[in-house]
Amino acid sequence: MNKIKCECGHINHEGTVLCESCGKPIKGNQHIDGNDKTKLLNMRYDGSARRSQTYNRTIIDKTWNFFSSVKVGVWLIVITLIASGIGTIYPQELHKQSSLPSSQFYELEYGLPGKIFYQLGFHNMYSSWWYITLLALIGISLVICSLDRYVPLRRALKNQRPKRNEVFIKRQRLFSESNKVSGEDKAQFINKLKKKGYKITEQDGHVLAEKNRFSRWGPYVNHIGLILILLAGILRLFPSIYFEDYLWVREGETALIPSTNEQYYIENEQFIYEVYDRHDERFQEALKNEEFDVPSNFQTNAIIYKVKEEVITGQEPELEEITRGEIRLNEPLSFDGITLYQQGTQLQSEYKTIDIVIRDENGQSIGNFVFDTDEDLRQYDIGSGYSVEILEYYPQFSVTEQGPSSSSKYPRNPALIFSLHSPDGDEERYFYLLEEVLPLAEDSNYDVEVASADLITASGLLVKRDRSLWLFGVGATIFMIGVVQGLYWHHRRIWIHPKEDKLLIAAHTNKNWFGLKKDIEQSIENTSITMVNDQQELDAQSKED
Amino acid sequence: MDLPTLSSNFLYVAFIAYLIASIIFWASIGKRKEKNSKWVNTGIIITIIGLIAQIVSFIFRWIASGHIPVGNMFEFISFFGMCLVFAFLVLYFIYKETTLGLVALPITMLIIGYGSMFPREISPLVPSLQSHWLYIHVTLAALAEAILAISFFAGLVYLIVKIDQSRRSQQTFWLEVIMYSIFSTLAFIILVSSFGAAGYNVEFSYEQNGETFTTEYELPVLFEPNNSTLLTEGAFTTGIEAPGWMQGADAGRKFNTLVWSLLGGLVIYGLIRLITRKRIAHSIQPWFKRVNLDRIDEIIYRSVAIGFPLFTLGALIFAAIWAQQAWGRFWGWDPKEVWALITWFFYAAFLHLRLTRGWHGEKSAWLAVIGFAIIMFNLIVVNLVLAGLHSYA
Repeated sequence: MNKIKCECGHINHEGTVLCESCGKPIKGNQHIDGNDKTKLLNMRYDGSARRSQTYNRTIIDKTWNFFSSVKVGVWLIVITLIASGIGTIYPQELHKQSSLPSSQFYELEYGLPGKIFYQLGFHNMYSSWWYITLLALIGISLVICSLDRYVPLRRALKNQRPKRNEVFIKRQRLFSESNKVSGEDKAQFINKLKKKGYKITEQDGHVLAEKNRFSRWGPYVNHIGLILILLAGILRLFPSIYFEDYLWVREGETALIPSTNEQYYIENEQFIYEVYDRHDERFQEALKNEEFDVPSNFQTNAIIYKVKEEVITGQEPELEEITRGEIRLNEPLSFDGITLYQQGTQLQSEYKTIDIVIRDENGQSIGNFVFDTDEDLRQYDIGSGYSVEILEYYPQFSVTEQGPSSSSKYPRNPALIFSLHSPDGDEERYFYLLEEVLPLAEDSNYDVEVASADLITASGLLVKRDRSLWLFGVGATIFMIGVVQGLYWHHRRIWIHPKEDKLLIAAHTNKNWFGLKKDIEQSIENTSITMVNDQQELDAQSKED
Repeated sequence: MDLPTLSSNFLYVAFIAYLIASIIFWASIGKRKEKNSKWVNTGIIITIIGLIAQIVSFIFRWIASGHIPVGNMFEFISFFGMCLVFAFLVLYFIYKETTLGLVALPITMLIIGYGSMFPREISPLVPSLQSHWLYIHVTLAALAEAILAISFFAGLVYLIVKIDQSRRSQQTFWLEVIMYSIFSTLAFIILVSSFGAAGYNVEFSYEQNGETFTTEYELPVLFEPNNSTLLTEGAFTTGIEAPGWMQGADAGRKFNTLVWSLLGGLVIYGLIRLITRKRIAHSIQPWFKRVNLDRIDEIIYRSVAIGFPLFTLGALIFAAIWAQQAWGRFWGWDPKEVWALITWFFYAAFLHLRLTRGWHGEKSAWLAVIGFAIIMFNLIVVNLVLAGLHSYA
């Protein structure tokens, strides 16, 4: 590496624009930051040697330079932004709320644009390979941008000395020249700056007053936070870190919690559904316009069990209660790293029992049987020598091309085919559907009817384990610290530069120039020091004139 | 008077205070220095009185409903308006830039007025909103967006001053587009409230996905819902149907209202231009004559710098924590979430561009305008048109 020695004696890295120590522009490098064309010095990263601005030969250099460019970073952000927006034109596949397959849904619902949306894969925008690639590229850009700037900037700020080169002073945006300033005035100026929290360093009468340097590290800190968030996103791809499942559990039922290696069971003691009272004085105006009742609570009273010992196949596992609680929307229940969320309900939508009575031709009751959808009972003895045999049971009845079948295991629309055996050995078949019983034979000797049916509510619970959450939390916290550090504080520097009987004052900040000017104005009050001029502002004005 | 009535009366007081303050700021233009500061101080005091009245209105409504009133469009938008005034005052006390009030207060009034066109009854909280995070997430997000919106107000001042009005250009065109959208909002408020006062109402029933819905029009029917039957006998209608690809609840009615607002905006805009014979931005340019553009540029940047961390915390991080608690996933690519992310990306890009030479001044001002458009899109279009978990309508 070629080192560059400045006239002040400091040895700078190759590519340095402004000497790290005295700030003197280094000959031959001024084009890098465009200082050769402007009156003011470009103070970004203090003119330090950035790798990206120095080397551009090998493929590594070129890749590094590509990703370290803010322009490229902004483009990546803008492309991601536009892609994200496009994904919201129509609902994502995840949210489409239709039983139609996506290949039909988008075209039927939204016509040609919907078809194009689907064919381009925008219905799964946020899990598409190219969207994830965009996020990954942003991640790479974050790392390289940060390294490219942080390392040299830190070095430059560490090596800076109070005594600066005059050229550096004069080419700052805020600058003034005062004649014959008394030592007292100068001391007062410095004192007041000290009171404002500036750190004062002195060298041969040259003074550097500096404040809030830590704010310069804000961007790098927040970038670390963002990288942690992206890493946490990758971690979730592993099932031991993250899984998600869903279960329906009916009132009174004890069900296995899926995806837990058959280790946990949940009992739904009771499901509570409440609505707002239409006569509530506070809300009656609004509720008047509501066609349906407005729900106020969905709640599952649950007991969680853990399997006690190893499960022997074919045997009922022995269960041990580990916790119980109320699961509500906004109030999930957690145990052993697994969390259950209240997510769905099917109010009074599943049949628990169906009570069917059998009468003879005269209307005299022979007996009844209660079909329980939870039990696997096929034979019912109904008294007087009669018995019923269940031949077919369809929990959710539907008719397909292959004949009758069940579209799920949940008894939402149960159908039964059963036969009635009389003591004299006769057999008659019946079909039950939608709380009606139809004889399958033409002339039935009996009168078979539904006496009652008992419906229950099923609660839909989301089962989740997410061991990546803490990392998201840490990432978000670090991001917030960084972004506050960088945006709510401002790095300010004021240089006092004596020259013969004059006193030159220059100042620089990375942002909020208004505040810096105010600091100086207040500190030089009642002294003979001239207020700094904003040379950029004057520049603009002279151009306009 | 009961609490809800008191609450809405205080909102009227606030509204009138903002109106008076705007007029005072306008009248202070061109006054000599000492006199000017007297006027400006009065204007600021009246603005503060208005803000206090609005806070009182907010508190009364809170007591009346038993929950923080940010649960529907009307409540959220008027809370957002309150935050806008607060953010304006904060930036005013840092930079003492009165002209900002000349833009901020009228637009805030329009926004509050717009919100008041939505149903104003106190409604109960559905289970998904019953959480402490409603208080924290929604309020902080609104405050952050309000602070970000200040950059738009400053940006607008910057553009009005900076853009050369002596000749036609792309810049003058887009500046007029901004003016026109402001007038369209005004037209919307005037139309909806006057037809509302007259009790205008036309009912349609229409079919969608095999279900029958009814919808009530509050403005004369230019466009009927797609595939609909008129229920109100003898009502005026053009008989033209809204395009079929417009989906979602009440799509036809919303489209009808939009067309009316745009037409109304055109009428107001056209009339003013006919009278002044100048572009709107040209007519008001002299008001801002004495503005220091460097300071305005600084305000654009500063309000983004202050608002961005708050937005991240309120609209993304707190939102994620709540979503994790309510739905078991902290991020679900719901349209509202995506648009919050887009807003965040946009302002992140803005902050990065400030590091680049040539993006200060006018370009920053345009970016501030786009940023505000994104915020408004997320508030209005995403809530009303793109259905999702945050849909209010």
